[in-house]
Amino acid sequence: MPAVKVSPMKLTKEQVEKLAQLARLNLTPEEATQFSGELTDILGHLAVLGELDTSKVTETAQVTGLANVVREDVVNSELCEPEALLEASPFEKQDHQIKIKRMM
Amino acid sequence: MDLNWLSISEVHAGLMGKKFSAVELAKAYLERVKSGEKLNNFITITEDLALEQAAAVDAKIAAGEEIGMLEGVPAGVKDLLNTKGVRTTCGSKMLENFVSPYESTTTQRLLDNGYVLLGKTNLDEYACGASTETSYFGPSLNPWDLTRVPGGSSGGSVSAVAAGQCIYAIGTDTGGSIRQPAALCGCVGMKVTYGRTSRFGAVAMASSWDTIGPVARSVEDVAHVLNAIAGRDPYDATTPDVAVPNYALDLSKRAAERVKGLRVGVPKEYFEEGVDEEVKAICMAAIREYEKLGAEIVKISLPMTKYGIAVYYITMPGEFSTNLARFDGVRFGHKPSEMEDLLEYYKQSRGEAFGAEIKRRIMVGTFVLSAGYADEFYKQAQRVRTLIVQDFDKAFEDVDVIMGPVSPTTAFKLGEKLDDPLAMYAADMLTIPASAAGLPAISLPCGFSKAGLPVGLQIIGPQFEEGLVLQAAAAYEQVTDWMERKPEF
Repeated sequence: MPAVKVSPMKLTKEQVEKLAQLARLNLTPEEATQFSGELTDILGHLAVLGELDTSKVTETAQVTGLANVVREDVVNSELCEPEALLEASPFEKQDHQIKIKRMM
Repeated sequence: MDLNWLSISEVHAGLMGKKFSAVELAKAYLERVKSGEKLNNFITITEDLALEQAAAVDAKIAAGEEIGMLEGVPAGVKDLLNTKGVRTTCGSKMLENFVSPYESTTTQRLLDNGYVLLGKTNLDEYACGASTETSYFGPSLNPWDLTRVPGGSSGGSVSAVAAGQCIYAIGTDTGGSIRQPAALCGCVGMKVTYGRTSRFGAVAMASSWDTIGPVARSVEDVAHVLNAIAGRDPYDATTPDVAVPNYALDLSKRAAERVKGLRVGVPKEYFEEGVDEEVKAICMAAIREYEKLGAEIVKISLPMTKYGIAVYYITMPGEFSTNLARFDGVRFGHKPSEMEDLLEYYKQSRGEAFGAEIKRRIMVGTFVLSAGYADEFYKQAQRVRTLIVQDFDKAFEDVDVIMGPVSPTTAFKLGEKLDDPLAMYAADMLTIPASAAGLPAISLPCGFSKAGLPVGLQIIGPQFEEGLVLQAAAAYEQVTDWMERKPEF
């Protein structure tokens, strides 16, 4: 496998707006303009990793060597009552459920 | 007797000897929290709860019962940890009115140890920052100079300890968020091995990096708190079943013995360009002190150091944007004015309630994980993370601990870096590598700049060698008196 290429790139205002929608964030037009410049600078800096040949290197996602730690799949309410969880919602509750807006 | 500058063991002796009561102690600290309100270290003050907890300790003492080391000791907790029945804001408008329905493991263990909670301390919003300036509740101030930041993200916790507003505090360290403010405020702050303490109930930032740890005014106090909070937790699958020694046991005696022949690695990359000359000189002087104490100083190289920031600012936003997806204003969080449909509701809730740095990181994270870019950015960063781990593995073949500066500068001015994200990110250039490898590291006060600002020495050890790191730190602390200086504010 060839070395991974990390290249500087420009994020336009339109790309930032698309990204924000994917991330479920409403941005003001001013924010979109500001972030376009800032994210371009940030991604440009991150491209420094392109200097390194990592074709023979494995990825690290976990540093202490644990793998597949499992537990019994049992419901445990000792930490928190379901009613207390419902209380945290800013919405109306009905029949032990949160009543939300329609989906579409 | 000035109750505000006591150590944990002094509190313990004082309570047992009936020199003061736990309620008197709690009141003295609550008073200082209030008189030092301008520091803005507490988002929520839990006065009633603190007095209730203190009274319970007094009742035990009156009944002739033995009390534990942390019983009655007033503490602050970073407002990123859930505390049942108490507001937990994460320094964000999103959770401005959120009252936790459950307790984090760390604070549960402190409750089991009889702690007195004074309040929830200020932080950068969702722990994203190095100055506390991104907090929705405004920045905390550095008690050594009120025009300067305390560092971050655990800036409120650390500033409160430095100002004598609590005896110890709990912080979180993902890329330097305990160590960097500890250095900037002149406290002892410990970042533990990844998994040494439970992350359960701490609002997740970057799950493969996050750690919970103590900050205090002495190495021994840090050790006492670590004794209470370290260890396997069934609610956090990433806490390995590694035995927890008594970190505080005979600490000063063991420290003096341990430092003789201790092999101290000094990485040249921690003393290169980008690090303030005065900070370098003060840290080097501290390292020479170790040589006088019998340690062997070994020059080493950690060549991947300069890639740390890029690795961190790719993998962390990736994990952060994923973790923050749960904040959509439905089960908890900010409810915006009426919205047509649910999708628009999510976007508006998040758009209104998240600050600029949160939005930046969510978008960087969404980008580096997106199809077409994940291999180029996210996976490449994970591979370079492996190279950083290998740097340390190789170094620890020849040395016992690694020492260098914590922060490249002393405390910077409020506003100085707020509008320049890359400058703010560079504040963690020397703390990120140990985080990437999941290593324990401490920030230890080692002097003051000419301007009177504290400087911290970083001591990094191999995984699960918190005991060694604490002993190495205690050896220096015994022969210096930096902690005698108190800030006036």
